[in-house]
Amino acid sequence: MQRRTIMKAALTAMTLTALQATTAIAENTILKIGFVGVTSGPAASWGISNQRSMEARAAWINETGGYTIGGTTYDIEIVSFDDQKDPKRAIAGMEKMAQEGIHYVVGPNVDDGAAAVRPVAETNGIMYFPYAFPKSLYEAPASNAVLGMVANYQSGPAIYKYMMAEKGVKTVAFIAANESDPLSQRDGGVEAATALGMEVVSANVTYQVDTTDFTPVLTPIMRTRPDLLVLSGVSPANAPQLIRSARELGFEGVISTETAQDAGVLAEGAGDLANGFVSVGGASTPELASPMMIEFVKRYTDMFGEYNDESNTKVYALEYILETLKADPSGITDVDAFKATMDTFEAPNPYMNGDAKLRYVGMSSFGQKRQVAVPLVVNVYQDGAFETLFVAEVD
Amino acid sequence: MEQILANGVYLGAQYAMIALGLTLIFALMNVLNFAHGQMYVIGGFVTYTFYGQWGVPFILALVMSCVTLAILGALIERFLFAPVIKGSAREESTMLLAAGIAFFLDAVILLVFGEKQRGVPKIMDGVFNYDFRLIMPYDRILICVLAIVSIVSFIGLMQYTKTGRALRALAQDRTAAQLMGVNVDRYSMIGFALGAMLAGLVGGLLVTITGVNLGMGGATSIKAFMMVMIGGAGVISGAIWGGIILGFMEAIGLALLYQYGDITYLLIFISLMIFLAIRPQGLMGKPWG
Repeated sequence: MQRRTIMKAALTAMTLTALQATTAIAENTILKIGFVGVTSGPAASWGISNQRSMEARAAWINETGGYTIGGTTYDIEIVSFDDQKDPKRAIAGMEKMAQEGIHYVVGPNVDDGAAAVRPVAETNGIMYFPYAFPKSLYEAPASNAVLGMVANYQSGPAIYKYMMAEKGVKTVAFIAANESDPLSQRDGGVEAATALGMEVVSANVTYQVDTTDFTPVLTPIMRTRPDLLVLSGVSPANAPQLIRSARELGFEGVISTETAQDAGVLAEGAGDLANGFVSVGGASTPELASPMMIEFVKRYTDMFGEYNDESNTKVYALEYILETLKADPSGITDVDAFKATMDTFEAPNPYMNGDAKLRYVGMSSFGQKRQVAVPLVVNVYQDGAFETLFVAEVD
Repeated sequence: MEQILANGVYLGAQYAMIALGLTLIFALMNVLNFAHGQMYVIGGFVTYTFYGQWGVPFILALVMSCVTLAILGALIERFLFAPVIKGSAREESTMLLAAGIAFFLDAVILLVFGEKQRGVPKIMDGVFNYDFRLIMPYDRILICVLAIVSIVSFIGLMQYTKTGRALRALAQDRTAAQLMGVNVDRYSMIGFALGAMLAGLVGGLLVTITGVNLGMGGATSIKAFMMVMIGGAGVISGAIWGGIILGFMEAIGLALLYQYGDITYLLIFISLMIFLAIRPQGLMGKPWG
């Protein structure tokens, strides 16, 4: 009898809690934001850091009462789709977003996926924020894609110039995975280095995406004795192994990449051998991170158990979408209004100390404002953490 | 040339170990275990957890990888493959089951260990450098030696122990082995556990060199299947030769063809197609299976 009473009480409590939760959710209108990207396989780290950044920020917004746009308060719902790094799947993902009436999507993560979804996005009135670099996605007549990060052809020259001036670098070697993104980034890097007057001593060496031991791959490059070794488009999974193999083969020059990396992964995979490794990061270094960035990292860590430094750049896309919609609420259903707002939009950057702004850029690279103004933060890895080497802006 | 030979031996030894477990399971049960790569990854993560996270001595962590995978393999055989093999005469049933297990293990790995690349502290510092003609870190040399010792031990187990003889009998003729008094169910489970354990062992060994991540499973399985096809499916010595041949082809291709871009694997696949067209049973396999 007593057990039955306890069970009844528990059931009632559960029902009331569920009702309360439903009521709480139902208080605000739902605003769905999509994510189409790779969350499985060898490149999962890229997409998962995207998805989790969005989910962590959305949960934070919802927990603190929602996001007010034009007098209406919204709860943010992230609708995710794993494209498995397959362009066909990316198209299916974008079609799913269209079916759900979603107008703003973050992703895809790679070049071919971003190119493949363009017709679906343009036909269905979807603005999407890829992490892919082909200029054709952002140059007119294309108008629905907004580059969600700094491209390698923007960060590369800045890094090479710094290396030449500060480290006396004269010769450079490139290595890339045999995939469209890394190969196009390598080609862009070779072009930029040559234009700056560096001597490219090796640019042909490539490796299979699933390579796990890079000693045989790197051996021919080491014979060219470059001052700088560029890991073009390297994934966070491969970076520590490449660094470790290069150092073990006796390479003493500088190693750099134009992709974002994770300090914990470098520490585990390469240890002290990764000291001095230069990469592109976001606003998480102590001198740059605002209290809101620190809070974001904490919430992300609480939610998923571990932070991913790649999210330093990936925290921005959702914020840009919401802030731009706040600037012109008609953008919620009308992406043309959103596009018009992009030209003049400006808001404080909540993730960086100082007077940094959220605004759209890209006039120099694309002839129209189709890039988010993520700070170009170039980091150097040292003893388990990133230190800011220099900060620049893309115009 | 010295570097190519050293890389070939090193890659060949690790590849042979990866292929051994796969071919053993195929020989015993006629099962193409598509989840072999995922088992290798779990082995790596177990060693990472014990050695890299908790500071347990490396050898003990390696033992934990072996034990974990042996138990996992035994459970998979007992509760998944055995009922399916008994209930269905169609070979594609076990193939589908293996593919399903691979997807399931991928999801479990993501949930338990996350999406990041993981690595462990080096088990040995220093690099052997012979006049820049032969460079090999000491930890790679040690892992190579351990892999060769493991392969020799495995061959010894198969040749000179009662369990090994029973497993070989099972591989040669299941019905005859049963008629000779071999407990087929029991030894199938032991064989599957042994195959999974080998995957765990090589995963644990190589995590010290290559690290481990969620996405390595599928690619590892594909390479393992290539080695098995080169050597001959279900033949232990064939798997070893398949691994050594693939290791040397890779080492030679990467050293000599680098200026032409990534064509090493293109040539390896073309060679494999031509080879299989001429000798579909592989190097050591028999035409009748």
